[in-house]
Amino acid sequence: MSGTVPPVVELRGVGREYGGVTALRDATLTIGRGELVAVVGPSGSGKSTLLNLMGTLDRPTSGVVRIDGHDVGGLSDRRLAALRARTIGFVFQQFHLAAGVPVLDSVADGLLYGGTPRARRRALAEEALRRVGLGHRLRHRPHELSGGEKQRCAIARAVLGDPSGASGPGGPRLLLADEPTGALDSASGRTVMGLLRDLHAAGTTVVVITHDQDIAASLPRQVRLRDGRIADDSAGGGAR
Amino acid sequence: MNDPLRAARLRPGDAVRVGASGLRTRPVRVFLSALGIAIGIAAMIAVVGISTSGREDLDRRLDALGTNLLTVAPGQSFTGGTSHLPDEAEEMIARVGPVESVGATGRVEVSVYRNDHVPEPETSGIGGYAARLGLPETVGAGIAEGAWLNEATGAYPSVVLGADAAAGLGVHEPGALVWLGGRWCVVVGILRPAPLTPELDSSALVGWAFAEEELGFDGHPTTVYARADEAAVPEVRDVLAAPANPAAPNEVKVSRPSDALAAQEAADEALGGLLLGLGAVALLVGGVGVANTMVISVLERRSEIGLRRALGATRGQVRDQFLIESLLLSALGGAGGVLAGIAVTAGYAATQGWPALVPAWAMAGGLGATLVIGGLAGFYPALRAARLAPTEALTAV
Ligand SMILES: Nc1ncnc2c1ncn2[C@@H]1O[C@H](COP(=O)(O)OP(=O)(O)OP(=O)(O)O)[C@@H](O)[C@H]1O
Ligand SMILES: [Mg+2]
Repeated sequence: MSGTVPPVVELRGVGREYGGVTALRDATLTIGRGELVAVVGPSGSGKSTLLNLMGTLDRPTSGVVRIDGHDVGGLSDRRLAALRARTIGFVFQQFHLAAGVPVLDSVADGLLYGGTPRARRRALAEEALRRVGLGHRLRHRPHELSGGEKQRCAIARAVLGDPSGASGPGGPRLLLADEPTGALDSASGRTVMGLLRDLHAAGTTVVVITHDQDIAASLPRQVRLRDGRIADDSAGGGAR
Repeated sequence: MNDPLRAARLRPGDAVRVGASGLRTRPVRVFLSALGIAIGIAAMIAVVGISTSGREDLDRRLDALGTNLLTVAPGQSFTGGTSHLPDEAEEMIARVGPVESVGATGRVEVSVYRNDHVPEPETSGIGGYAARLGLPETVGAGIAEGAWLNEATGAYPSVVLGADAAAGLGVHEPGALVWLGGRWCVVVGILRPAPLTPELDSSALVGWAFAEEELGFDGHPTTVYARADEAAVPEVRDVLAAPANPAAPNEVKVSRPSDALAAQEAADEALGGLLLGLGAVALLVGGVGVANTMVISVLERRSEIGLRRALGATRGQVRDQFLIESLLLSALGGAGGVLAGIAVTAGYAATQGWPALVPAWAMAGGLGATLVIGGLAGFYPALRAARLAPTEALTAV
C-alpha cells in the first residue's frame, strides 16, 4: 500500500465500554483497499461492536478509528453521516427492508442520503438488483421474497454505487456485513457469499462477520475475537 | 475542491416522500388519528361558514329591502300610559328634508273572521289597521294578489290582507269576503311577506276614511313609516321625534327595522361561540392523538431509524422525517376537516336557502392551525428519534 492512499479501516488501540462491560479492548487492526476479511469469534466476543465502530455507527471510548483516513472521533454527526452515505454500506442479519414497499424503492434508498436524484437512484437500483440476480423481482414486496432474496436486496442497497458521486469512480466502498447468512439456509448462504466475493473481485472492501467456520476459512483473511480482544489475525498485523 | 464529508441535503420531494413513507404503510392508524383533527377543524369551519353564510344572506336581504326605512311610534308617556301621535305626524315627518316618502297605519280595534259564524271571543290574531295609500311603496311591501287600496276602494268596505293574515283566513285570491268589525268586507289584495315590517304580515288593512267613518277609528297614526336618504338616515333618525310629536318629542319611539333584523341574527352568535369552543377542544384532543401516534411510530420504527442512520441520514434528517410525518398527518386531517366543514356549510345553507360562503381566512387559518398542531405534536417524538443512537436503534426488534 502506498503512503498517499490511506487504508480503508485503521484501528489503533480501540476500546468500547458499555457501562461496566468492556465489549472491545485495545483493538488494533488495519484493512486495506479491496480486502475481503472474515471476523469470527464466539457469541459476545465483540464482533458486532467492532463492526459498528468500523461503520462509524458507534464511537470508541478509547483509541483511534480512522475510516478512509478520517479520524472518526473528530467528526461531527453530519460529517459521520456523510461518510456513511458515501463510503460505507451495511448488511445485517435482519434484512431491514420496509414492509409493503417494492424492493426497487428500498434498494434505491441506498443513495437517498447521498443526494442522488430519485430517477437516477431507481435506475441504479434496478441495475444493482439485476447484478444480484433479482432483475425480475423489482416490483415485489419483501413478503413475496425468500430470505436469501431479501438479503440479496440488502446487499444491492449497500453497494449501490454512484460512479459520478462525490466519492468518485475510484472512491473506496466499504461493505460491512454482520452475519449476512445467519438467517439463511446453506444454499441461500452460498449465493450471498458468492455475491460478496464478486463484489470483492470488483474492488469493494468487504468485512464479514460469520459463525460459519467453513465460510471463514474460505476467505483470504480472518480476524478472530475472544472476550473483546483480537485473539488472532491471519494477516499477522493486529494480533497480540 | 468539494468537501467530501459534507452531508447532502435531501431534496424537498425526497424529504416529503420519506416523511410520507411512515403514513402509507399504516393507513388505518393514519385515518383515525387524522380524524380527530378533521373533526375539530370541520366544526370550526362549519361554525364560521354557517355564520358567514347567514350574515351574507342577511346582507343580501337587507340590500334588497333597503336599510333606510325608519318607523315612528308612540312610546311611553310621562304618566306611564301609552301616548298618541298627533294626526298631523305623517305630514310633519314628510316635510323633513331627507325623508323621501312616508306611510302610516293606525290601529283599529276590530276583529277579523272568515265568516260571521265564528263566536266573538275567539280571536283570529289578525290586527285591523287603517292604512294610508302610500304605505306599500314606503315600506317596500309587494302585492302578491290583486291590488292595493286606492281613493275609491279606501272609502268602502274593502281590505288588503297581510301574507300571514290571508293564510290564516284561508283567503288565496281577491274577491273573497271576510267578516271585519261586524260587517262584510271584500278582499281587494294580498301582500307579500314584508321582512322589514313583519307587523304588516298579520294585519288586515283598510282605508283611512272608511275606518274613521265606519269602524270608530280615532284617526291617530300608531306607526309612521318613513324612507329617508340612505346617507342621512342616522341624522334623520335623531331629529324625527320633534316633527312627529312637537308637544312631547320624548314620548316618540323612532326605530330602524333593519337594525332589529341584524340584531336578531347576532343573537345566534352566542351559540356559534360555544360550537367554536367545542371545535377547539376537538382540535386539541386531535393534536394529542397525533402526538400519541407519533410517539408510538417512533418506538415501533427504531430499526428503521437505525437503518436510515446506517444509510447516512444525519440526526437532523431523522428529526425532519418524523416532523414532516407529523405535519403531513395533521395536514391530512386539516384538509379533510376543511372539506367536511365546507360540505356542512353548503348543506346547511342549502336547507336555509342561503348562499354558501366559507371565508378564505377560515380555511387558511384552519390549515395553519393544523400545521402548528402537527409541529407541536411531532416535535418531541422527532427529537427522540433523532437522539436515538444508531447501534441502539439497530438492535431493537
Ligand atoms: N448496548 C450495549 N449495552 C451493554 N452491553 C452491550 C451493548 N452492546 C454490546 N454489549 C455487550 O458487549 C459484548 C459484545 O457484544 P457484541 O454484540 O459485540 O458481541 P458479538 O460478538 O456480536 O456477539 P454475537 O455473535 O452474539 O452477535 C457483549 O457482552 C454484550 O453483552
Ligand atoms: Mg453480533
